[in-house]
Order: sequence, then structure tokens, then C-alpha cells
Amino acid sequence: MKKTVLLLTALLALGLGSCRKEEDTIKIGAILAVTGGASFLGAPEARTAEMVVEEINAKGGILGRQIELIVKDSAGNPERALSFAKQLIEEDQVTAIIGPTTSGETMQIKDLCESLKTPLISCAAAEAIVDPVARYVFKTPQKDNYVAEWIFGAMNEMGISRIGVVAANTGFGNAGMGQLVKYAPRFGIEIAAAETYDSAATDLTAVLTKLRARDVEAVVNWSIVPAQSIVPKNMKQLGMEVPLFQSHGFGNIKYVEAAGAAGEGIIFPAGRLLVAEQLPDDHPQKANLVAYKTAYEEKFGEAVSTFGGHAWDAIMLTLEAIRKAGSADRDAVRDALESISGFPGTGGIFTMTAADHNGLGMDSLELLTVRDGRFAFYRN
Amino acid sequence: MGSGQLLQYLFAGITVGSIYAFVAVGYNIIYSATGIINFAQGEFVMLGGMLAYSFSRFMPLGIAVVLAVLLTAAFGGLMELVFIRRMKSGSVLGMIVITIGLSLLIREGALAVWDEQIRALRFFSGSEISSLNILGARISPQVLWVLGTTLAVTAGLFLFLKFTLTGQALRACSENRRAAKLCGIRTERMVSLAFLVSAGIGALGGCVVSPLTQTHYAMGTDLALKGFTVAILGGLGNPLSAVAAGLLLGIIESFSISLLPMAYKDVISMVILLVILVVKPGGLFGSSRAAALREY
Repeated sequence: MKKTVLLLTALLALGLGSCRKEEDTIKIGAILAVTGGASFLGAPEARTAEMVVEEINAKGGILGRQIELIVKDSAGNPERALSFAKQLIEEDQVTAIIGPTTSGETMQIKDLCESLKTPLISCAAAEAIVDPVARYVFKTPQKDNYVAEWIFGAMNEMGISRIGVVAANTGFGNAGMGQLVKYAPRFGIEIAAAETYDSAATDLTAVLTKLRARDVEAVVNWSIVPAQSIVPKNMKQLGMEVPLFQSHGFGNIKYVEAAGAAGEGIIFPAGRLLVAEQLPDDHPQKANLVAYKTAYEEKFGEAVSTFGGHAWDAIMLTLEAIRKAGSADRDAVRDALESISGFPGTGGIFTMTAADHNGLGMDSLELLTVRDGRFAFYRN
Repeated sequence: MGSGQLLQYLFAGITVGSIYAFVAVGYNIIYSATGIINFAQGEFVMLGGMLAYSFSRFMPLGIAVVLAVLLTAAFGGLMELVFIRRMKSGSVLGMIVITIGLSLLIREGALAVWDEQIRALRFFSGSEISSLNILGARISPQVLWVLGTTLAVTAGLFLFLKFTLTGQALRACSENRRAAKLCGIRTERMVSLAFLVSAGIGALGGCVVSPLTQTHYAMGTDLALKGFTVAILGGLGNPLSAVAAGLLLGIIESFSISLLPMAYKDVISMVILLVILVVKPGGLFGSSRAAALREY
């Protein structure tokens, strides 16, 4: 009996404690694929968001209040993302949600956030997230149609007109494939073969053999999964000498390491984070990029990736909006988000409008390549 | 399709098929001895690759691989000692659930020890960009390593099961455990041995394919599923049939890609599996009489 009373008292005290805390902290939810198939994206995103919040809190928080970041691991599963979103919005009463990591998850919770009037700042790439625009839904990665246009632009310059496309069978891969098919005719490029592979694919020589038989002049691989390092290896093993283009999903140096010598010369469009040190000093993004990169690499002992950058943008945009709104009210924060202009993030310089909830243009990307095992500008 | 092209698809199929075979053989050995389907089999492959990668940074590749195989084999044996052996009265289904639980545990453990990043072991000979020309087909030298290892494991297993006393005892266990026990075979030891050997084979597979397929903490689940399909296809209870079925499935998948979009690959292999199971319920190389006698 005594024990029960003690336990109850303890629980009550705990409850009261957290009640008090609720009043003076600003709660932000994060739904990220920390484990599972998209963990190469979600894990650095979660680490980044936690690091940023820690830094801001150490400096006294925002509006004199501490930030409380509630991270939920969706494991890349849209159903789990949906139930976490409900929990964050209704039970935890968060001001805004950052994430989810993948496009499929984001599309699953887009309507929910819209109907419950909670700002969602997605870290996923698909254009469909912000087109059509939902009032409460934003996203930080560059739109995938820009990436397709950059790739085709480069092909035009190189005189390539017949290509083969492979994409992973994920939301990201399918969306990318759609963009490539849509934009190819505008650039006068013929897609001779288009194939999707399972996201857990471990060997792609068979499908690449098929591409080779169609005499393609270049290969585009659009995915976020480890197959990004398998495609270049398999191509070299097959003796395919045509250039390989990848999507912005390649923005993680680990993929380059895994591809080894086969990774050299891969061409892909990406944000400037990967080549932050190589930017001219007067570039408006440079200070933020280098600051984030140094802090992340020092704290976690691993190379920064563009994915972590998307989370940096998401959390910083949210905090900036709260600061501008002067309150943690969801509607006020939404309005402030939409009015953000000229904010230098890792993905580019964000200028949101009522019609554009991504806020990045074509110029947010650069054409990058791999040189001596490192990311470098494709053109010097 | 030219002969070079044909050979190219064949090589691609055999490479993928070998990976399936490594997993399926493990299923089969354990099933033979215990009647359990060990769903942690894919995790052995992952552990082999991960351990070898970590060791290879401090020692020559060969030693790293041997060490990884031995360690994973020991882990498999330990798993049996600690979890499976104690379930004396446990049903087969109960034990299968234990193996699923263990596979989750190993996966999460691997996530904690290593991280979510992908790793690839160095190429055993040559590098990422080396390519051999065999009769017009281009393959990585690593593919030869994979094929050689598959062949060696198959031959070794055949000799072991056929000609050594221990191998014969293991087979006796699979025929009839009770009778084997009455004949004086220490069946518990055979079960431990089965776990030991299949973990070792899985790990060896994980090492030789790592340069090609890369190693990732969550890779086991997909492998386990494919390997299971192959084990059923070949007929449970006969480890060598798993190798044949693995290669067959790999080759079928590879040629299906040559004709149809790759997205249909798994559909085709599943349809073939269903057809075979309807026509031959015991699997391609299993006897239906034996299958009918099994508990599970």
C-alpha cells in the first residue's frame, strides 16, 4: 500500500512537472526515418535537428522560451508517419512538424496537417508535396523537376540524345522517373529504356546489360537507396564507358566511398552544402553552410550529407518563422513561413510565397561530380 | 540476342542466384536437423559482411574473412545453446517465432554497433572498375570469387554429408530424430552443429558478395525472404537442392529482365514458385513422401 501511494505521488509529481514544462517550452515535432530503408537520410536528419535545437536552447531559445523537439522514428513507413502525425498534433500539441523523410510518407500526412491546420515542413523531394499547394505544407529540398532539367541541360551540352533510365521503386524514384519522362522531349532527348528496380536490389548487371544492348549514350539513375553505389560498379564491370548521371539523392559521401573507383566522374545536380569550402567567400550561403558542416562533422565524426541539410533548413525555417511571428501559434507561424524571403539555407536561398511553398529556384542547384573520391564542381 | 549477351545474362543470374543459395543452404541445414525455419539466416549474412569489414581495417582481408566466418559461426552455435536448446517442450512454431525475434534483435544490435551507413568490403582481387572478358561477356573478378565459393561450399557440404560420420549423423537426425537418438547419435550436438555450420556458410556468403552488393544492417530481411523462397523451391531438407534452386531462380530472374520490364522480376519468380509447388509440393528436388512426413 505504502509503495502504491509512493508510486502515485511520484507519478503525480512527474505529471505536474511536465505540465509546468509544457507552458514555457515551444514544442516542435519531427517525424523522421531514423531506422529502416531510408535511414541514410533520416538518421542524419534527426541528428541535425537535435543538434540545432541544442545550440539554440544553449543560446537562450527563441522568444525567451526553450525549444522542445519531439522526434518520432517512422522507419520510413507512411502508416506509422500518419499515426505519429496525429499523436504530435493532437496529444503533444506541437507548433509545427518537420519531416517526414520520404515523399511517400509526406503525401500520406499532407491532408491531415492541412485539415488540422498544423504547419508541416517536409524534408522530402517530390514536387507533388507542394504542387498543388496546401496552405500548411512546405518543403525544403529542391524540387525534382529542377534536377531533371539540370541533368538534361548538361546532356544537351555534351551532345547526348539517347539515354537509359533506372530508378528505385520508391516514392522518390517513381517521382523522379516521372519528371525525366516528362521533361526529356523538351530537351530533345530520347529515353531508350526506362526500368525500375527494387529498393533492396543488390545486383543490377542484368538490367544494365539490357540498357547496354539498346546503345544508350548515358545512364541516369534516380534513387536514394544504396543501389546508387551498385549501379556505377556494375557499369564498370560490364565495361560500359558511357557517363552516369544520378539524382540529388547521391549527396552523401558514403555512397562515393562504397562505389570506390567506380564513383569517379558521376555527374549529379545537388545543393551547395557538399562543396561548401569550395564556394567563393562572398557567396550568401557560404557562412551558414560552413558553420553547419563544421558543427555537424565535429559533433558526430561523420561527413555531412544534403539530407541532414534538408532538416537543418526545415528546423531553421520553422524557428525563423516563430521568431518572425512572435508567437508559437500555428496559424501565425504558417503566415510567417509563407512570408520568409531571402533566407540562406543549405539547399539554397529560400523565398516563400503563397504560390511557392518550396521557395527555391533552379539556381539552388549546382552540377557536381566526383573527383579523387571527393565532391567537386562539375565545371571549374 | 548474341552469345555474349546470353552469357552476360547468365552470369548476372548466377551471381544473384549464388547469393540466394548461400541463405537457402543455411535454412536447409538447420531445417534438416531440427525442423525449424531459422528466420535469422539473413542476419548471419549481414553479420559476416559487417564483421569482415570492421576487421579488414586492421588486418589482411583473408584473415578478416576467416575471423568473421568463425565468429559468426560461434554466434550461431551460441544462439542455439542459449535460446533454442532451452525450448525443450517448445513447438516448432514457437521456435520459429524465437528466430524471428532474434533476427530483429541482431538487426537492431547491428544498427547500434555499426550505424545505418552502407559498407562494402574491398574487392578480393582487382577493384571496383576491373572487368574480365569471358567469351564476350564482361564480369567483375569478384563474380568468379562468388562462383568459386559457391562451388567449394557445395562440394564441401556434399562430401561432408555423404562421407563423414558426423555428416551422416546429421542426415540421420533429419530423417528421423528419434531413431537417430536411439542409434546413439547425440542429437543436441547435431543441432548445435547445424546452427554453427549454417551461420558460418551465411557469413562466408556475406563476405564474398559484400564488394558487389554492399553490406547494410537491414539487408538480412530481404535476403531471408528470398532465401526462404529458394529453400522451399528446392525442397526443404536437402541442402544441395537449395544451391540448385538458388541458381535456377537467379537465372530465371535475370532472363526475365532481358525480355520484360525489371519490375515484373519478382512476379515471375513467384508465379514459377507457385506452379512448382502445385505440381511438386515437396519442392523441385525434394520427395513429396518425405515432405508429408514432416511436422511442419
